[in-house]
Amino acid sequence: MSLRKIFTLYTVSFLVVTVLLGIAEKAFGLPNRWIGWIFMGLSLGIYIVIGIVTRTSVADQYYVAGRNVPAIYNGMATGSDWMSAASFISMAGSLYALGFAGLAYVMGWTGGYLLLAVLLGPYLRRFGAYTIPDFLGARYGGNAARIVGVVAAITCSFTYLIAQVTGVGLIVSRFIGLDFKVGCFVGLIGVLFCSVLGGMRSVTWTQVAQYIILITSYLVPVVVLSWRIFSVPVPELMYGKLLQRNSARAVEITRDPQEKATRAIWQTQADELAAKLKAGDFAAGEKEKLTADQKLAAQQAKAPAASEEAKVSNYLAVPTGNKMWNFLALTFCLMVGTAGLPHILTRYYTTPSVRQARTSVAWSLFFIFLLYFTAPAYAAFARYEVYDKLVGTRVADLPRWVTLWKPAGLFDVVDKLKDGVVQFADFAIKSTDFIVLATPEIAKLPFVITGLVMAGGLAAALSTADGLLLTIANAISHDLYYKVIDPKASLVKRLAITKALLVITALIAAFVATFKLAIIVELVAWAFSLAAASFFPALVLGIWWKRANRPGALAGMLLGFLLTLYYMIGSRFFGVSWFGTATIASGVFGIPLGFLAIWLVSLATKAPPIDVQTFVTNIRYPESGKRVAPPTFGRKDPAMGGAEPSAI
Amino acid sequence: MSEHLTAEQKREYWAYNLRLVTILLVIWFVTAYLISGLFAGALNRYTFLGFPLGYYMAAQGSLIIFVIEIAVYARLMNKKDLEYGIREEG
Repeated sequence: MSLRKIFTLYTVSFLVVTVLLGIAEKAFGLPNRWIGWIFMGLSLGIYIVIGIVTRTSVADQYYVAGRNVPAIYNGMATGSDWMSAASFISMAGSLYALGFAGLAYVMGWTGGYLLLAVLLGPYLRRFGAYTIPDFLGARYGGNAARIVGVVAAITCSFTYLIAQVTGVGLIVSRFIGLDFKVGCFVGLIGVLFCSVLGGMRSVTWTQVAQYIILITSYLVPVVVLSWRIFSVPVPELMYGKLLQRNSARAVEITRDPQEKATRAIWQTQADELAAKLKAGDFAAGEKEKLTADQKLAAQQAKAPAASEEAKVSNYLAVPTGNKMWNFLALTFCLMVGTAGLPHILTRYYTTPSVRQARTSVAWSLFFIFLLYFTAPAYAAFARYEVYDKLVGTRVADLPRWVTLWKPAGLFDVVDKLKDGVVQFADFAIKSTDFIVLATPEIAKLPFVITGLVMAGGLAAALSTADGLLLTIANAISHDLYYKVIDPKASLVKRLAITKALLVITALIAAFVATFKLAIIVELVAWAFSLAAASFFPALVLGIWWKRANRPGALAGMLLGFLLTLYYMIGSRFFGVSWFGTATIASGVFGIPLGFLAIWLVSLATKAPPIDVQTFVTNIRYPESGKRVAPPTFGRKDPAMGGAEPSAI
Repeated sequence: MSEHLTAEQKREYWAYNLRLVTILLVIWFVTAYLISGLFAGALNRYTFLGFPLGYYMAAQGSLIIFVIEIAVYARLMNKKDLEYGIREEG
């Protein structure tokens, strides 16, 4: 069967199952818990089946999916590899909270693909290695560059991986009521089946399947909501009207006397809690709760516009001064980080040709764009719902979605004035994740769509976890073990090591995730700056400047990495501040330093050998007749391991 | 190897690529950092499809431009390859 047929059939069956479940819900009152279980079981089942069907023990298949993934499918796989639990569940929420300033994420996580497209992707494909440290090792020679690459790849990918596992745990516990810790381990089954059995090959095709679920479930609720409000099913076009309206409401709320009174109560509470915290006047173990309460009270005490005279809400206000600097710096770090994350870069090794690598980046961004283009609409619709539908209702008569989601603990409605009416400040938000989760209810859709959203979030987390896990395992088994420690190791041995590492890494990640450390979310953002400062300069100059040599690359990677790490830890914990730059944008110093160090040190030391220089010139021009044949999934598939002994 | 290309052709091919990449990166920079960043506040005075223009550019306009830029790059470079007789597809 052709790929197109397989995936069309898959999409149609998935939609049919969703509709059938919807009918079962309406006709027989299928309980919500069951719908959750069915969606989770079904989607995990699909991923496991794909893992089994595409299992392989051939090196080229295992590491780079045989380099025969057509551009459009690689685009979808990159899309779900890229969009994590955070993009799917939390980004719309961040936009809700941050307004314009949050758009740094939207631009940063898309604009980076241009850098990837024109500076890296096609050339990495032309070079045709297995991993990113592989490229560094070959381009700069010797093991040092490779090892620095391995360390940086593991550092960036591992923190990111923990966040994905945490995401899986949260989704599973929220929708089907399993314990969070159990949820973390349940997710592993879905991830391990693919990556262990078929490496990159299985992960690629699973990611394509996951992308389809992810994007469908993200778009459906908000499209229906747009239809309900405007009778136009294009939320991206319609939310502009809401922005203006929301802004006007925010100004009204800022001036409203009842609202002012409510905010004053929160402010008093925030001050009291702050004083209590400062005095150390609390029992041991209470500190965390008090800090959270204080933060919540302070947040609720803030008006949605800067002052009573303000013409627009904070949501639309463009940051100025230092805040603008941080906005630009963050956008820059996220963009460069996007083009420097190894699990994304390796995806462009898997296309059949350089020209398909180029086309593939275009498809990747298009598929990612579909979600990021829609996320601000989610945020605007949610604001509208809160400003226009929730504020002013009686506490005894809350909208349905509020009553349904209140027990989940993401928000609360506290009648501070005890007047029986909901003020804006009465709506206490603990986690803005409620926006994506509750939108199906807001749009008055049946629970089956909420189940679909769960499957989408799960797909987003699992697909990213797959890519990261493979990057870590390959960095250790291929780059560290095979290339450095034992270059004579047989393929069977190498694959066995990779598989063992996949299981071990996944277990460690799940174990760490069960602690639910608060720092994890922050660490993910750090991964971008670290990847940006360590990989990006060495890769770009390695491709674009033949004079770049080993000492230069080492100096650039190490200095970029260390400076970024220094500023991160310094600004987060020890009050270091350069130009008032936020911790999250730490890479803004490390990236230029990385480039500068490679340039200066390379010029001060000997030029790289002439064959390396020729090699750098040659990757500029694609080769004729180098296309790899498209994949087949029949019995006679050579990828199943005809020539090589199976290690499964 | 693309040995059939003369030194002159290689130079031209690469110069074309450099010019294209430079133009795309300049557009990228202006869109993301000037229009959607530094000058977004000033642009917010105008509206587009009901959106304040600055917000629109940061939330949608810049994304659309990025997608178009990469598609243009892929299309032009792939065309250039054929012009120079580089046929990976055989």
